[in-house]
Formats: sequence, structure tokens, C-alpha cells
Amino acid sequence: MITQLYCENYTFFLFLVGVLGIFLNQKSIIIIIMSLEIMFLSVSFNFIFFSLSLDNIIGQLFALAILTVAASESSIGLAILVVYYRIRNTITIELMTLTKG
Amino acid sequence: MYLLIVILPLVGTLVTGLGGRWLGRKGANLLSTMCVVLCCCLSLVAFFEVGLCGVPCYLFLSPWISSGALKISWGFLFDSLTTTMLVVITSISSLVHLYSIQYMEYDPHCPRFMSFLEIFTFFMIVLVTADNFVQMFLGWEGVGLASYLLINFWYTRLCANQAAIKALVVNRVGDFGLSLGIFSIFFLFGSLDYELVFASASMYTNYNIYFFGLPINFLTLIGIFLLIGAVGKSAQLGLHTWLPDAMEGPTPVSALIHAATMVTAGIFLIVRCSALIELSSNVLFLITIIGSSTAFFASIVGVFQNDIKRVIAYSTCSQLGYMLFVCGLSYYNVGMFHLINHAFFKALLFLSAGSVIHALSNEQDMRRMGSLINNLPITYASMLIGSLSLAGFPFLTGFYSKDLIIEITQISYYNNLQITFGIFACWLANISVFFTAFYTFRLLFLTFIKNSNSYRKHIENIHESPMLILIPLILLSFASIFVGFLTKDLFVGVGTSFWGNAINILPLSCSLLEIEFMSYLIKWFPFILSVTGALFAYIINVGVLKNNIQFAYNYTFRKLAFSLNKKLYWDKLYNFLIVSSLMKFGYTVSFKNIDRGFIELLGPYGISRTIKSWSIQTIKIQTGQVTHYTFFVVFGLILFLLFVPVLSLFWSFVDIRLLTFCFLALFVV
Repeated sequence: MITQLYCENYTFFLFLVGVLGIFLNQKSIIIIIMSLEIMFLSVSFNFIFFSLSLDNIIGQLFALAILTVAASESSIGLAILVVYYRIRNTITIELMTLTKG
Repeated sequence: MYLLIVILPLVGTLVTGLGGRWLGRKGANLLSTMCVVLCCCLSLVAFFEVGLCGVPCYLFLSPWISSGALKISWGFLFDSLTTTMLVVITSISSLVHLYSIQYMEYDPHCPRFMSFLEIFTFFMIVLVTADNFVQMFLGWEGVGLASYLLINFWYTRLCANQAAIKALVVNRVGDFGLSLGIFSIFFLFGSLDYELVFASASMYTNYNIYFFGLPINFLTLIGIFLLIGAVGKSAQLGLHTWLPDAMEGPTPVSALIHAATMVTAGIFLIVRCSALIELSSNVLFLITIIGSSTAFFASIVGVFQNDIKRVIAYSTCSQLGYMLFVCGLSYYNVGMFHLINHAFFKALLFLSAGSVIHALSNEQDMRRMGSLINNLPITYASMLIGSLSLAGFPFLTGFYSKDLIIEITQISYYNNLQITFGIFACWLANISVFFTAFYTFRLLFLTFIKNSNSYRKHIENIHESPMLILIPLILLSFASIFVGFLTKDLFVGVGTSFWGNAINILPLSCSLLEIEFMSYLIKWFPFILSVTGALFAYIINVGVLKNNIQFAYNYTFRKLAFSLNKKLYWDKLYNFLIVSSLMKFGYTVSFKNIDRGFIELLGPYGISRTIKSWSIQTIKIQTGQVTHYTFFVVFGLILFLLFVPVLSLFWSFVDIRLLTFCFLALFVV
């Protein structure tokens, strides 16, 4: 049965999975973008859950907005990735040290 | 007229000092000498009015400092003590002025010299005529300054520079004591006027202050501070090292400053504050001990000095010791009497020595002199008179005061007097009488009687000094013969009322009458000692033993003579213990560690270095690696989430001072 606590834990762990995906990943940008998508999903799921729980439609509106933002952002991110790959021939994160202080 | 005594030397010094270029050598000589001679005549009149007729004169000029309870005014007090000092100062000074006209004839800076002599006279007069401690301190410091200028007169000589700095700095040690004394007098009495302080001093005999719970009699404390001042200025044991070195100045300067006037300022201070000092037997004890030690020390050191001026300088030191310890035995009037007499015969000795040095083309070493009796008869006569007077030959000036001092030390054997420390003074004073006679006659024999050791060139050029040098010598010779006899009854006669309120002696400790009833043997004793000393000097230097005593071949004697010649290593000890360690302290601790170290580290240098290292550290954080950035983002998030609740929980326990300290500690990293 889907309880309130269950949903909250679920979204939180999903978000944590996304964060860890960015945090522990040393290799590929694609995984970062995927982790970002997971984070967006967890957030929008959280919004939906709270809109149901509080019986308020604004949460679902936000979730829709986040879906569009996530879609556009992933498309822009992939575009940047493609441009980057064209220039450097690699998408390894370790070699992205151009902005050294 | 009284103000004119003070003003005339000031006018003289300003005009000769500032306008010397236009006055020229002769104008400067004439003007300064005129000023000071006029001043001398006026002081004689003042002495007649105040001293002989007994009408002290108080002059109030204007307020000087007025701040709360502290009210200091320009005021002048002419009582018998002041006028006596005035006569001494101005007469010696005018004779020295007269003397230096000839002595400094070929010196290119004559107006400057005259101006310095004159400013010295002025400050000395300010010192003795002041009616409060601050004005006295003005004169006191001014005299020190003038002594610096005069010792350093030939400023191109390194020795003169060093001696002048030494004189000023060593004097300043004493001045510090004196200023502490003045502060404590103000603390206790709330005033610095002589009359108020001395009148109310007897009220405070039991006033204690507590230092770490230890009760200290305040009058004793004041007396000790004043004594430190006197020790510095009067070159007593401990701070005496400057006086022999001060002989680097021209000889008239030595005669004026280091024999007759400046060094007597310390004695004058003690005599002036007799009302304060008399009330504390501990201070009297200290004064006696210091004075008699100085008398003894200087007299034995003087024996083996070979510089003619140094011998006289040590004899000055020794005689000042006499004056001081007789003040410690509560005979301030006798101390003053010896001061006056000593000024005359010591100025005579110095000026005669100057005449000898002048005649011998600036040769100062006694071993290079000899048999000058044929060439310099008048100088010899005056030197002989001075020496006999110094040695206390009967019926000369020195006899009346010095013999009296020795007799005063003898009466401490009387049981009913509570001055047992006088026995100490008695022993040391009697021994130093012997040595005084010894070194004065040694000086005479080596300089005038013994076979000549000079260069032939010097002997060929030898000549008796010109008139302007001889006139002061002759006048001072007369003074050295007659002053003691003429003024004996006035200054120390039985029941003399000359001193009036200027000197306060407790009736308990006044026992001049006992001296008159001592046995003949004791009264003859100093004379016998002097004659023995003179005979010793004769035997060793010109008599039967002149070739038999070889100091150099006897090991013990050689060591003794050498260490005495080196002033018993006081200077070396001071340099080793105090001067060099203080210099090292100043360089390593206060300069290298504090100024350039600690303050710089917390100040500009430390801050700039810390900010630089901080920025380098923060730059290193920015590696350019995206993973690092994400790490910092997540790490920051976690830190924020963790520590905000924890900090808000412990905020009441965290001290802002601790945080500040941690922040400051970051700078030193």
C-alpha cells in the first residue's frame, strides 16, 4: 500500500540516487545528464505526490512545467555534449580541466 | 637687582650665541665676561643683603603651569643658601670666563664656547634660585645639557663625543630618580613649592605606603629618590663613571663644571631638601654610606692615575663624597661650607693644570712632565696653594671645612648619639685623607719637582702663561688661602644664625659643640695623616726611594696598581653587565623580536603574507575538474545541513573572543 511515508522515502532515495550518480561518476557526461533526469523525475514525482496529498492542483502544474524544462534542458545538454565531442573527440569528464583557477 | 642676576647670563648667552658672528671673537669675549662679572658683583650685593643682613627675598614672576591641583609658578627664592651658591657660581664662572679668553685664544669657535659657558651659568643660577622643584629641575636638566655641549665642544673628536654622551646619559639616570622624587613629593604634599613642602614635611613622618603589603615610609622613599638624583649629578659611587671621562672638554670647562658648580648641584639638592631628608634616618644612613664609599674609592683610584686632569677629577669625586656623607651625618652647613671652599681650591687646581697643559703644548700625561718649577713659578705657587688647601694644610681654606668634616666623623664614637654608621664614614674618611694628600703631592712632584721627562721641543717652547690666565689663578689662590678663615664663623661658627630657615637640622642630631671638646690627638689626627701621605709621596717620587721602588717588578703591587689605574674596573664591569647587555636587549628583543617580529607579524607584513597564502590556497581549490566541483557542491550542502543545526545548538557556548583568537591565529599560519 502506498502510504505517505513510503512516497516521501521513495522520492528522497530517488533524488539521492541522482545526486550520487553525479557525485560518484568520474567518467562520462551522459551519466551525469541521466542522473540529472532522475533528479528531475524525483522532484516532479514529489510535486505530484504532495499535490495529491494536500489536494492542490498547483503541484501537478509544477510537475508539468518541470517535465518541459527537463526535456528542454536535456536537449540543450545533449547538444552541448555533441558540440564538445566534435571538438575534443571524447566525453570523459577527467579531461575537462580548461577552467583551472 | 635679583632678577638681573638671573637674566644677565641669559642675555649674555643669547647675544653671544646668536650674534657671535657679528660680535666677533673680542666682542663675544668682552660681552659674556662683562655679563657674568656684573652678575658676580650683583650676587655679592645679594649675599650681603640676604646672608649678612638676614633678609630673604622671594620673587614671584608669573604662573607657569596651572592644572588642577598642580600649580607651578616662575618664582625665585633668595635665601642664604641660594645667595651663597650664587656667589660661588658667579665668581668661579667669571674667573673661568676671564681665563678662557686667553686659553681659547686660538680656538676658531670662541663665541660658541663663551655662549655655552654662559648658558651653563644661567642654568646653574636657575637651579639654585628656584622656589619650586620643577623650576629647579629645569635648571638641573639645563646644567646637564650645558655640560653635554661643553664636553662636546671639540665635536670632531670621537672621545669628546663619547664622553659627552656618557655624561648626559649617566646624569639622566640620576635625573630619572630625581623626577620620581618630584612626582612622589607632589603625590604626598600636593604641591611642589619649597616653603609648603618643607614646612609640612614633619607632619608626614609616619606616612607609609604599601608596596605588595610591605610598608614603606614615604619620606624615606622620597629621600632615596632625591639621593639617586644627587648621586647622578654629584658623581657618587655607582654613577661616578661620567666624571673622569668628562675631562675630554677644554680645561676651563672642567674647572667650571666638573669641579666648582655642576657637580655641586647634587649636594645643593641634598642641602636644600634637608627638611625632608633629616626626617628619615634610613636616608641619612644611605647618604653616609654612599658618600664615604665615594670618598674612599675616588681617593684610592686617584693615586695611580697618570693624567693630570683625571687626578683632579678623582679628587673632586672624593671631595664630593666628603660633602655628601657629612650631609648624611646631618651637618648640612658643614657640607655647604666644604662645597664653597672646595669650589675655590678645585677651580684653582684645574685652572693651574690648564696653565701647565697650555705651557706644555697640550701634554696631559704627568709622566711626561717634570721640573716645571723653574719655568712656571706662578703656576707652581698657585698649584701648591691649591694642593695644600685640598690636603687640608692648617689655616688654608680646605683645612677649615675638611678638618671639621673629619672631626664630625669622629664624634660618632660618642655613645649618646644615634649615628653608629658614622664610624664607617670615620674610617673611610680618615684613610682617604691620607690618600688625598698622597695623590695631590704626587701630582705636584711629578709635574713640578721631579726631573723633566718632556720632549725637548716642548721644553724649548715652554713659557709662563699670559696675564689673563694668571689673574684668575692669583685671585683664586687668594681665595684658597683666605675664604675658609674669613667665612668659617659665618657658615659653621658656634650658634651662627646665617643659614636661618634654609637648612633644617633636628636638634637631636645637632652636636657641633661636641666637636669643640674632643681630645687633641683626634683633632691632630687628620693633619698627621695628611703629612704622612705627603711624606710618602715625597719618598716614593723624589726622595730616597725614587729609584728603588719598581712597581713593575712586584707582582702583587703591579696588579694592584694596574687595577687602581683602571679605576677598579668599574667601567668594564658596567660595560659588561649593564651597557652591552642593554644594547643587546635593545637589538634582539625590542628591535628584532618585538618591533620587526611580533608587531610586524600581526601588522602589515603578517596580514599581506597571510592574505597571499590564503588566496593561493583558495585558487588551488579550483582545479577545473567537474567532479571536484560537484564534490564541493554536495559537500557544501551536507556541511550546511549538518552544521547549521549544530551551531545554532551550541551558539550560546561559543565565545566571540575565542572565535577572534582563532581568526587571529590563522594569520600566523
